[in-house]
Formats: sequence, C-alpha cells, structure tokens
Amino acid sequence: MNDFDWSSIPGALPFLWDGMKTTLEITVIAVVVGIVWGTLLAIMRMSSFKPLSWFAAGYVNLFRSIPLVMVLLWFFLIVPALLESLFNTPRSSDTRLSSAMVAFALFEAAYYSEIIRAGIQSVSKGQISAALALGMSYAQAMRLVVLPQAFRNMVPLLLTQGIILFQDTSLVYVSSLADFFGAAYKVGDRDGRLVELLLFAGAVYFAICFSASLLVKRFQKRVVT
Amino acid sequence: MISIRNVSKHYGSFQVLADCRAEVEKGEVIVVCGPSGSGKSTLIKCVNGLEPFQDGEIVVNGISVGDPKTDLSKLRAQVGMVFQNFELFPHMSITDNLAIAQIKVLGRSREEAVGRGLKLLERVGLSAQAEKFPGQLSGGQQQRVAIARALSMDPICMLFDEPTSALDPEMVKEVLDVMVGLAEEGMTMMVVTHEMGFARRVANRVIFMDQGRIVEDAAKEAFFGTPRSERAQQFLSKILQH
Ligand SMILES: Nc1ncnc2c1ncn2[C@@H]1O[C@H](COP(=O)(O)OP(=O)(O)OP(=O)(O)O)[C@@H](O)[C@H]1O
Ligand SMILES: [Mg+2]
Repeated sequence: MNDFDWSSIPGALPFLWDGMKTTLEITVIAVVVGIVWGTLLAIMRMSSFKPLSWFAAGYVNLFRSIPLVMVLLWFFLIVPALLESLFNTPRSSDTRLSSAMVAFALFEAAYYSEIIRAGIQSVSKGQISAALALGMSYAQAMRLVVLPQAFRNMVPLLLTQGIILFQDTSLVYVSSLADFFGAAYKVGDRDGRLVELLLFAGAVYFAICFSASLLVKRFQKRVVT
Repeated sequence: MISIRNVSKHYGSFQVLADCRAEVEKGEVIVVCGPSGSGKSTLIKCVNGLEPFQDGEIVVNGISVGDPKTDLSKLRAQVGMVFQNFELFPHMSITDNLAIAQIKVLGRSREEAVGRGLKLLERVGLSAQAEKFPGQLSGGQQQRVAIARALSMDPICMLFDEPTSALDPEMVKEVLDVMVGLAEEGMTMMVVTHEMGFARRVANRVIFMDQGRIVEDAAKEAFFGTPRSERAQQFLSKILQH
C-alpha cells in the first residue's frame, strides 16, 4: 500500500474537472435527446400505420443488437465526413464531442423507447377513450393525458437508464476524447501513476452512481406510495 | 337526435353487433340493458365513434358517424360520455379535469372554463372538492365529477355506460340522483344500466340486447309489463330477484 503515490491528483484536478464536464455534457444531451426521440419511436411503434411501426421496430432492434462501442466508432468516422459535406466545416475541426453526443442519443433512444412504450401501455385504455370522448384529437390525448401519467410511472426507470448511460460514456475513450475517464487515464499515463488515477476515477464513478441510485430508490418509494 | 340504422360489427368471425336499429328522439331517455357480453358497451361506443363498425349507419344530430369525412373529434365534443370506471385524469386536479377539454377543444379561456366547471361542480354537490385530485375522492364523487366534466362541454346528448356498476351500493343513489335531474331537465340520454328503478323513473323506452341483437325495444310500461321475448323475461326476473 505504501507504494501508492496520490500526489499527482491534486494538481490534475482542474483537468479532471474538465473531463467530468464533458462526461456530464454527453450524458445530459443523450438523456434529453434520447427521451424525446425515444418517445417518438414508441408512439410510431404503436401506430396502426404499418410502415411507421416497422421502421420503429427495426430501429430499436438494430440498435439493441449492436455493441455500443461499434456505434461510437462508426459515428466518429461518419459524422465528421457528413458535417464536412453539409456545412463545409474544415476537416481539422474537432467533431469528436458532437459525434459522441449523436451516437449516444441515437443509441439510447432505442432503449428509452422500450421503457416509454411500456409506460404508455401501463396507462389504461379507458383514459384515451375518455380523452377522445371529450373531443380531443389523438395527439392531444397523448400529450395531455397519457404521456404525463406514463412518465410519472417511468421516472425511476428513466433515471436508472441515465445512470447506466453516465457510466457508458467512458467508452468515448475509443476516440481518445478527454471525458472524465479519458482525462484520468491521460494524467496517469503522463505521470506514470495509472493505477492510482484509475482507482480514483473508479471511486468517483462509484460515489456518483451509487448516490444517484439511492436517490432513485427513495423517489420510487414516494411514487409507489 | 340519434339514429342507429342496421348497424353490424364483428371481430373476425365473432359478431358483436347484428343489424341493430334504434331511434332516440330529442329529450328522450333510453335505457339499454341485457346480459354481460351482449354488446351494450360496444353499441354505445359506436354512437360517438370510439368503436368503428363495418355495416350500417349511425347519424347523430344529422352527422353520419361512420362517414370517413366526418370530423369525429368535433362530433365527440358535442356528445357527452360517462364510463363505468369514471376515467377522470388522475394527474390533474378536479378543476383541471373539468377545464382541460373546454380549453383545448372548445378554445375557451381558462377563466371561463374554470368558471363553468365550478358551476357544474356545485350542481353535482362537490364545490368543496375543486382543488383535490381524483384519487382523494370516493367512487360516487368521482363519477359525479365525471358527469360534470361531460356536461362542461355543453353536450347535445349524453351516453352512459354502466355508470353505477363499479360503485359501492351506498354510492349508487347519489349518482343516479344527478342523472335523474338531467333527465328531468330534458337531456337526451342513452344509458346502459341494470338499475331498473332508474329505468322505471325516467326512461321513455327500454332496449334489451342479447348476443349482439336488439331483441326488444319497447316503451317503459310495455317492457316492465309484459316483455314479449322470453330472454327479456328471464333477464328481468333474474335482476328483480336481487
Ligand atoms: N377487442 C375485442 N376483440 C374481440 N372481442 C371483443 C372485443 N371487445 C369486445 N369483444 C366481445 O364483444 C362482446 C360484446 O362486448 P361488450 O363489452 O359490448 O358487452 P357488454 O354488453 O357491454 O357486456 P358487459 O355487461 O360485461 O359490459 C363480448 O363478448 C366481448 O367479449
Ligand atoms: Mg359493458
């Protein structure tokens, strides 16, 4: 134990904090876009218009059958080329962060849509009938009556998925983007203190995720009672 | 007001409604009864287009329900419906339950909608509950709110699907009283119910359904006097034994 040398951590804290900001940025964007896009996918999936529901089913099954790390790699390779042709951004500009956000958002939407679909189905059909009987359109019935109830039932699951996503963002190391994990790795590599830095990073991930899931549990209890 | 003409509906090969015919004039109260699974709910849901049907025609206030060109939302806004399980929106206060469709569908201002809602809440005797949520009310209170919610749209007629059958016995009366009041005011009503006391008091006619067919459609006196069909006689004697 005496061989551990933690001295390189204090000086590296600003750099690590920048990494944490990147991690949070990716997480928040992916959760928000993932939930919005996932909601649309869930509604499409339940549509009686077959092409829409086939598209949504195909999308969900596709993304749930490919390893996340491969999706990330594709997007690091594809999105820069796409941006270049669309907006004429020079090749040199760094699009790794936006690539990561797009990849996570699209990937997470597949998982969110399944959670949301279950949530929508948990709202009784009588609620839609009642909304329609009052003269609401199907879209109004969804937006005003079904989705608010569905989301209230789903909040714990959505948050839990968000915690998993927070951990999964460390996979951006494949593009050597300096998220929290990447930053810790770089500092450790530079100072020859990789073990210490990785232990430290692990402890931080654990502390954040564990306390977040405690919060979710407490919230869950409140929703149930 | 409501004209049901030769309506048939089937799920695959299962016939839910078979050649149903009925007329409801303005101001009339029609009670629909019959054994479980005979198609009562399905028939009443066809009237406001919540259930599609394959054959025949239903015309409400001159508008054909089955016509693909009909704006169903607009029609439904004028036809009040009350469900067996109340179906209040549990995430909204009673006030919002009463106001939401007035605002979003009829385009009333929030102020006007809330005012109208509170007036109707008073009418069903629940002014004190305006700020509560549906989960905090008893079944009978929830159903009275549901009736007030339907009335808030100023409907031209009202459909009821077993409005008291999910209620504890001691709460049935408070809901029926509201419905009797409506009937006496001249509201056109189509009511699926097994409450024969209600039928005797306010119904003009009673429709008896069995296996998707309208077996009997008779004036109240004739129906309770001597129903012509054997099925209706059996049904009545069974119900009256309770
Ligand atoms: N989606 C459906 N698919 C197949 N059959 C259905 C469907 N919905 C209803 N049915 C059948 O249609 C028949 C009529 O149902 P309906 O709910 O109209 O009966 P009801 O007279 O209202 O009965 P209850 O008194 O139990 O409410 C029933 O036999 C029911 O099983
Ligand atoms: Mg029924």
